[in-house]
Amino acid sequence: MKQKAVILNSKDNVATALADLKAGDTLELNTGEKTIAIKLTAPVPFGHKFSLANIEAGSAVIKYGEAIGIATATIQPGDYVHVHNVASARGRGDLAGGVK
Amino acid sequence: MSFLGYPRRDGSVGTRNYIGIISTVSCANDVAWWLSQKVKGCAPFLHGQGCCQTKPDLDITTRTLISLGWNPNLAGVLVVSLGCEAVSADAIAEGIAESGKPVEKIAILKMGGATAALTQGSRLARAMVAEASKIKRQEFPDSELMLGVKCGASDTTSGLAANPAAGSACDLLIDNGGTCVFGETTEFIGAEHILTRRAATPQVADKIMDIVARMEKRVIAMGFDMRGGQPTAGNIAGGLTTIEEKSLGAIVKGGTKPIQEVYEYGERPQGKGLFIIDTPGREPEFLTGLAAAGAQVIVFTTGLGAPQGFPLIPVIKITGNPATYKQLPDHMDIFVELADKVGSGIAQAGESLYKEILAVASGKQTKAEKINYGNFPNIFTIGPVM
Repeated sequence: MKQKAVILNSKDNVATALADLKAGDTLELNTGEKTIAIKLTAPVPFGHKFSLANIEAGSAVIKYGEAIGIATATIQPGDYVHVHNVASARGRGDLAGGVK
Repeated sequence: MSFLGYPRRDGSVGTRNYIGIISTVSCANDVAWWLSQKVKGCAPFLHGQGCCQTKPDLDITTRTLISLGWNPNLAGVLVVSLGCEAVSADAIAEGIAESGKPVEKIAILKMGGATAALTQGSRLARAMVAEASKIKRQEFPDSELMLGVKCGASDTTSGLAANPAAGSACDLLIDNGGTCVFGETTEFIGAEHILTRRAATPQVADKIMDIVARMEKRVIAMGFDMRGGQPTAGNIAGGLTTIEEKSLGAIVKGGTKPIQEVYEYGERPQGKGLFIIDTPGREPEFLTGLAAAGAQVIVFTTGLGAPQGFPLIPVIKITGNPATYKQLPDHMDIFVELADKVGSGIAQAGESLYKEILAVASGKQTKAEKINYGNFPNIFTIGPVM
């Protein structure tokens, strides 16, 4: 059966939903190395992301094996991951001189 | 492999055979538009620049209009000038004529206004179309193709399906001796370290870092978080959280081959292989950058359903979002199925896209051509309008 989410790189701490997923759904996912089970704490729409791990506030959110931003709050496995809990580290004119 | 194209005097090959009606300044757009609608066989190029700008922007406009005139899809060009603009219509017409193709010029003010310009311009354009109609399609190797690649109105399916398929088609064309151009420098932000690994020389790697730093500096100078502008509200609704995530999915559309050189906006890449042009991500400006580079076909990946074509170039729309494909039959050409296993099915999707590219190069119409969508592009600017 087709999986309802995909992990793009074994280093990733988020997965991408391939269907509209509901809070409480449990997903079995292939990390490329092993199979893990994740229970969602919130609805995750098609194409959006959820966490596979504990991500501390201030640490990197990883997709494609690369940092896609910084967690602005502590993120638990199964949490919906988007603009409410991830900030960009780039193009930040709002931070004095940017963050680079 | 091969396609059927139109031979040009400079040795290039067109996939379309239009007379370009090129406006030199926003104030001449109306006449250029009327001409393109009145005379069958013409493609307009309208834009918002050409006057009341600083020299760097006027130079970009001049360079871009000349390069557009060189595009192999144009058999000839009618330059439509107002007559008092800051850019030189003579310099633009002369620059295009160096390609060896026929070039005519009209100036609205000198001719006694728009009605007279339309009458005189129609006569010139009709004669050029008649001459161009004698050129017949001939068989050429696919190495004569320059493919432009663009992603727009992206969602997370762009990075998972449509962009990898486009990248795979780029790789095939380059393996066959052809050329691909991509850009959207804003969408290198956060992924530039991956692109520099593929730079043909250390100088090219430095240039990639330079154009990204230059673009990011312009953004930061405005004093705001770029999120909302890039990624756009639509990107965010589609699941893209940051510019880094968008970029990591976006760069995949350029394939995996070495990057030979980085060019400024409006320049024409020399040689074969994969090239970058420094451009913003926004469609009206970026598509013009690809056309100016000399692309005869554009592959445009989208998640949410960006509708734009381009007046003189067939633009193939490809999406990995099943809802978008289903809901937008007027706009979407190709669907690439999302795979739940990384990379699965992409090579096959790339091969079928490649076949479509050759069919479109040989004359098959894209959806954007069928509904004539995409007549209002623009030219990139870096400074103020004064």
